[in-house]
Amino acid sequence: MDLNIIWFLLIGVLLVGYSVLDGFDLGAGILQLFTKGEEEKKALLKSIAPFWDGNEVWLLTGGGALFAAFPHVYATVFSGFYLALMLLLVALIFRAVSIEFRNQVESEGWKGFWDITFTVSSFVTALLLGVALGNIFTGIPLDGEMNYTGSFFTLLRPLPLFVGLTGVAMIITQGAAYLLMKTDGDLQARVKVWIKRSWLAFVILSVLTTLLTLIIDSSKVSAIFCGLAGWIALAVFLVGVILVRVFLAKDEFFKVFIASSLIIVSMFLVVGAAIYPNLVPALEAANSLNIYNSSSSQLTLTVMLVIALIGMPVVIAYTIYIYRAFRK
Amino acid sequence: MDPVLLARIQFAVTVGFHYIFPTITLGLAFLIVIFLGLYLKKEDELYEKIARFWIGIFAIVFSMGVATGIVMEFQFGTNWEKYSRFVGDIFGAPLAAEGVFAFFLESTFLGILLFGRNKVSKKVYFISALMVLIGSTLSAFWIIVANSWQQTPAGYHIINGRAELTSFFDAVFNPSTLYRYSHAVVGGWVTGGFFVAGLSGYFLLKKRHVEFAKRSIWIALVFTLISSVIQIELGHLHSVQVTKTQPEKMATFESMFESQANAPLVILGIPNEEEKRIDYEVSIPGLLSFMVGFDSDYVVKGRNDFPADELPPLMLPFFSYRVMVGLAFYFLLVALIGTYLAWKDKIADARRYLWVLLLTIPLPVISNEMGWIAAEVGRQPWIVYRELKTADAISTVVSAGEILFSLILFSVLYVVLFSLFVFLVRKKMLKGPESVSEAY
Repeated sequence: MDLNIIWFLLIGVLLVGYSVLDGFDLGAGILQLFTKGEEEKKALLKSIAPFWDGNEVWLLTGGGALFAAFPHVYATVFSGFYLALMLLLVALIFRAVSIEFRNQVESEGWKGFWDITFTVSSFVTALLLGVALGNIFTGIPLDGEMNYTGSFFTLLRPLPLFVGLTGVAMIITQGAAYLLMKTDGDLQARVKVWIKRSWLAFVILSVLTTLLTLIIDSSKVSAIFCGLAGWIALAVFLVGVILVRVFLAKDEFFKVFIASSLIIVSMFLVVGAAIYPNLVPALEAANSLNIYNSSSSQLTLTVMLVIALIGMPVVIAYTIYIYRAFRK
Repeated sequence: MDPVLLARIQFAVTVGFHYIFPTITLGLAFLIVIFLGLYLKKEDELYEKIARFWIGIFAIVFSMGVATGIVMEFQFGTNWEKYSRFVGDIFGAPLAAEGVFAFFLESTFLGILLFGRNKVSKKVYFISALMVLIGSTLSAFWIIVANSWQQTPAGYHIINGRAELTSFFDAVFNPSTLYRYSHAVVGGWVTGGFFVAGLSGYFLLKKRHVEFAKRSIWIALVFTLISSVIQIELGHLHSVQVTKTQPEKMATFESMFESQANAPLVILGIPNEEEKRIDYEVSIPGLLSFMVGFDSDYVVKGRNDFPADELPPLMLPFFSYRVMVGLAFYFLLVALIGTYLAWKDKIADARRYLWVLLLTIPLPVISNEMGWIAAEVGRQPWIVYRELKTADAISTVVSAGEILFSLILFSVLYVVLFSLFVFLVRKKMLKGPESVSEAY
């Protein structure tokens, strides 16, 4: 296994880490729309307030790591998806401000305003990231100079949109799974209803996305299942989908959260298996950015690996410590 | 409209606005650690009260920093695609390291600081504050590593049409890193110091929370005084380094056209580029050579020694540099007077001084911005010094219209955000330290 493959996997790990962790507070943010009364809203926000910022760092670090390991991917995708990315940035700014500013003023109008911006920005963030992943999965138009040749509307093709919507359903499920652990009583009972619905929506959207993929580009499906990774992804996906319901029935909410996280892992495995060895598949295959033509030098990849090996275990250790400190 | 100019304006607006907040947090976090440390040591509840109040303010400043900082991580790719491809092999690593070693640390422990007072022991609470301080100070390190590499690139060679790493150590500790890092961090201390001192002074002016404010202002002023002294010498050392590594930048700061020994230090004047001289010049003969070369015979290079298309613009760096240096001495004076007044226990009644202190709060921010403008405009026309020009670095596929759109979007958003920031800090001040409660 060479350094380029290791970094392909590590970027995947960072994206999974981001989706599992920030996924739950994005999902909780969307679900805030359905909570009733100040008490419930406060309970929901309180459960994510100490963590959302640390969770978002996974995205920032992912961006930095992408820049460092695969600078051409960073340059191509971010300049190519320009307007979508600007929307994402505005949404992320609003999210940060909404949750931090909401409780600074005791006024219904003030709080109501930030509640709306929090829900909307959480939804927009989840959708945009999902659609972006969908575009990477589908492939985008690139020229021989590695530059994007499509427009904003190219990003909104049916398949990427379906991947995006599937992602949103997944994120809501993840958020609900987290809230099950952190709530009780009436609110918890309603979260149980929500998670069943979002789970169902996710399953239906997954099937539709799969069918759509078969119709549009069946070679993608054979690419996924030509290696072991695709089959592992399928197994993890099925196990996760089933276990969410199994543990939900038993009221074992931490395990529901783990099962939901497994589904997220499986989604990235599917995308990874579909695109490997490319990072950004081009519609004209020869122009694709792969893990070799888009990467940094071997020295930089080595330095980055050392940074990751020294830094990330420490990060994970104190993150676990903090989550434990806030457990009830 | 010229896309290069628009992209530059957008970068300047987003970085310039973001830069207001992390500098305040650098000093504020340091003071919070001092307050909590004193509380641990002396077990005096007043210190805890002081710490808790400033932590509440810190939360607002920090969230502004986070909200505006997200843009930073992505805009090299969005607006500066060719730059990203050229420097990615070197420039990305410090950004990633900033995430791994700094952002995680500060964000994760901030959770404890803001919401976990009752979840952990006093000692762990203090350590959390310390981790937030270390995190934010490390964050400054890695981003300044990246920026310094643009100024004085090292540890690389040009191959395959881009800069590739040859030595990570040399790239990180390039000739300007440590000078620029210490200068920026201590600039943050001065900023946070005046922020706390000025707002504490506000309580004294209103004769509210007097004991609280007197203790708070005393510590903040001593901290600011020490920082101001250090900062002036760090600025001097930085100018010595700039003279050696980017001589055309120093020639621009001093608006010096002819290379000369016994070069004068220009205090004031208006550069006249046409006639290559300074109008209304007030200067001290020989002092520049002595300051940057430690010898009045030291030859300082002038702008005439460099090709015209490799020179930075003259006016903006010349004036922003002077505003920064002038303010540095003003800060020293204000901190010195304040420390004396607080030491003699006369500060609560020194109303005129407290007004000056209150109005001084935004000035270190302006000083930081001026230093940044002098440094970055002084680097032009290069985006990577003597390797890549700014004009050749923007995104191929992004149109001027798209940049203009996002520029307007961010500008409007930032005006709103800044108003909210001022409104919320003012609100916290009006509530005072009596009513500090957890946000959730």
